[in-house]
Amino acid sequence: MNLGAKEIMKQTRAVEMGAGLFVLLGFGALFFLITQTTGLSNEIGNNGYTINARFENVGDLKIRAPVTISGVTIGRVTSIAYDPERMNAVVEMMIADQYRQLPDDSEAAILTAGLIGGQYIGLTPGGSETWLEQGSQIEFTQSAVVLENLIGKFLSSVGGGN
Amino acid sequence: MKDWICEIREGIEAFLRSVGELTLFFFNIAIYSPRTLVRRPGLVVQQVFNSGAMSMTIILTCGLFVGMVLGLQGFDTLQRFGAEEALGTFATLSLVKELGPVLTALLFSGRAGTALASEIGLMRATDQLAAMEMMAVDPVRRIVIPRFLGGVVAMPFLTAIFNMIAIFGAFLVGVTFMGVDQGAFWSQMHANVTVADVNQGVIKSLVFGIVASLLAVYQGYTSVPTAEGVGRATTRTVVTTAITVLILDYLLTATLIG
Repeated sequence: MNLGAKEIMKQTRAVEMGAGLFVLLGFGALFFLITQTTGLSNEIGNNGYTINARFENVGDLKIRAPVTISGVTIGRVTSIAYDPERMNAVVEMMIADQYRQLPDDSEAAILTAGLIGGQYIGLTPGGSETWLEQGSQIEFTQSAVVLENLIGKFLSSVGGGN
Repeated sequence: MKDWICEIREGIEAFLRSVGELTLFFFNIAIYSPRTLVRRPGLVVQQVFNSGAMSMTIILTCGLFVGMVLGLQGFDTLQRFGAEEALGTFATLSLVKELGPVLTALLFSGRAGTALASEIGLMRATDQLAAMEMMAVDPVRRIVIPRFLGGVVAMPFLTAIFNMIAIFGAFLVGVTFMGVDQGAFWSQMHANVTVADVNQGVIKSLVFGIVASLLAVYQGYTSVPTAEGVGRATTRTVVTTAITVLILDYLLTATLIG
């Protein structure tokens, strides 16, 4: 098989185009996986402000758990730490910038999504006319409900009734 | 009795020697790889075409059906818990973290690895490699490294393409045939799949790309220069790649999850 120089050039170009097409398709697939299958697209990124709240018990709350108001996700939990001085848990959360106007007497509660769902923070707006800002703290909080405590209370109330 | 012990000893010795040889071979390739990539990129591009673009048919077909099976099996299992909305999460996590990289590596070794091994093995058997050495052309740099690099470049892309088509396969069966809610399929996936999960798969595919390509070129390069030897090198490529990839997969998973 004798190929002329032109034929070889043609073949090389076809191979290079094929390889290029393949690599582009591969990049496209990677891009699809990273942006379309992960939660990256509805991430608030770093465009937000952090507020914190103190809880007696955070239960099963995890970092990156959603922060919601009226059921709408407006932010994410960014850190959970224990404060040994005041002996309670400090939860920091980042709220997206478009939700600047949260009254500073809002209440934060740790709630559970569904029967076996993860825990999240639900905010209930207060009546104040001043807003929460970067670094401000939510005063009114409600801890996670721990099932064992609930059962314990129920049992003791049943026992008390007798 | 004594022969028996001797045989075992020889077997262990041979194994150790081949591991050592493979390691040296790998270092030899690794040292000259950047230079080849810069000086002869054309050769590498050609091998990306041979290993990558030419494997597209098998990757697309297998990916689609693996995804469809996942959709079917996942639906069947999840609906017993009343959790069929989690099908998107289930399929994507299994694919991205586990099935995609591993199956692609196995398919790659079957399609491209055997081609590399038999090609290089035949060059050895027909004395083409010796002829190159006579002309002061290093066959490792001219033949082996471009093929190795082509495989290393191709594997992550093949894996990503496999994953993408498989997710569509799962979507097709789950949503179109089985009636899982389309919104729930994607939103549950978005809520539960993280970039770290995807990265885990990418890291795996990079490692598997190096392993599968290295074993293929190594088996070809060290094959016995006979027709039988080339055949055996081809078989060994698939066997050693499958074993190494599956063992490494466990180790990688343990490292990446732990």
